[in-house]
Amino acid sequence: MRKLFIIAALLAATGAQAETPRDFLTRFEKEAGAAASAERGARFFNTKQGGEWSCASCHTDKPTQAGRHAKTDKPIAALAPAANAERFTDAAKVDKWFRRNCNDTVNRLCSAQEKADVMAWLLTIK
Amino acid sequence: MKRLIPAALLLLAVSAHADNYSLPKHAVFEEECASCHMAFPPQMLHADSWRAMMGDLSHHFGSDASIDEKRRAAITDFLVTHAGGRKTGTTRDASGKPLLRITETARFEKKHREIAPATWKRASIKSPANCTACHARAAAGDYNERSINIPK
Ligand code: HEC
Ligand code: HEC
Ligand code: HEC
Repeated sequence: MRKLFIIAALLAATGAQAETPRDFLTRFEKEAGAAASAERGARFFNTKQGGEWSCASCHTDKPTQAGRHAKTDKPIAALAPAANAERFTDAAKVDKWFRRNCNDTVNRLCSAQEKADVMAWLLTIK
Repeated sequence: MKRLIPAALLLLAVSAHADNYSLPKHAVFEEECASCHMAFPPQMLHADSWRAMMGDLSHHFGSDASIDEKRRAAITDFLVTHAGGRKTGTTRDASGKPLLRITETARFEKKHREIAPATWKRASIKSPANCTACHARAAAGDYNERSINIPK
């Protein structure tokens, strides 16, 4: 009985947290109040926005493959969900890295529209 | 007996030296401080340096490494607890501010005196902070000479 209870509690806990990449697309589109464009997302991801880096500087322009940190050279696992099942499954992690990486590339937070666009593009690449 | 004691002391000293930089386990530190680069050993900087670094993670060597307050406090505690003592050498710059880079400490400079400035800039190395380029087992805290290989 006790074991069953623990399993149920565990399931409830993971159920509350686990998210899928699609959930993030839905959330960002809702926040933006407009549909996402994968094409815009690709452009945003792959071009510098005035700063020293674009997203592709560390994640490459084919994010199904592993990247490297532009400054430290440390390998970074693939970002596209098709290539890496761990990506976009934890809201705290996703929000933290959007905050940091947007500050480092565009010198401000990304808008909900920009995040929706990037998400849409990442979901199209296989 | 008298001879045994120095031998034992020597052994102790040697093993303590080898373990100097092994990383004490800390899940939050590993998750947050080994994502952009390998985890640097807390023993390599003075507590004042760690406190100063942890006080401004939004401007961390040109990167935004900000985290929530709970994690920031937990990691600061961990780093300060395991921080290096006098052996890290000079720990402040000329104006008295704590040094933030391990690679600027007197101890680091002394250990790497023989490396030419041009070597640090090789494409395969990029930065003195890229310890793993030359110390194959650095991420495990092992800087022993046996695992050093300077890439071309
Ligand atoms: C300077 C290097 C760098 C740049 C530039 C960069 N990233 Fe990252 N990014 C990282 C690192 C390092 C991680 C965390 C390591 C890991 O999870 O493998 C990461 C993780 C992420 C994550 C977390 C995903 C997850 O669920 O695990 C997202 C989302 C992300 N980056 C998006 C972006 C976007 C969008 C841009 C451009 C605005 C960008 N990154 C630019 C280095 C970079
Ligand atoms: C968002 C990416 C990122 C995160 C997260 C991060 N760092 Fe860094 N860190 C960097 C960069 C970039 C450098 C500069 C590397 C260089 O100059 O080659 C650096 C440098 C350092 C250095 C100095 C290395 C030297 O030159 O001696 C230390 C020490 C350090 N980081 C500790 C930490 C600690 C502790 C944490 C966790 C709280 C952390 N870092 C998290 C990006 C990051
Ligand atoms: C360009 C290659 C290179 C890089 C990068 C490098 N080192 Fe070293 N390091 C060496 C060499 C070579 C020695 C051996 C020097 C000697 O024995 O004369 C050494 C020695 C050491 C020693 C002394 C080992 C002992 O047994 O006494 C330590 C500790 C050390 N390095 C730490 C670091 C740390 C920490 C970093 C990154 C912040 C780093 N090194 C980056 C090449 C490098």
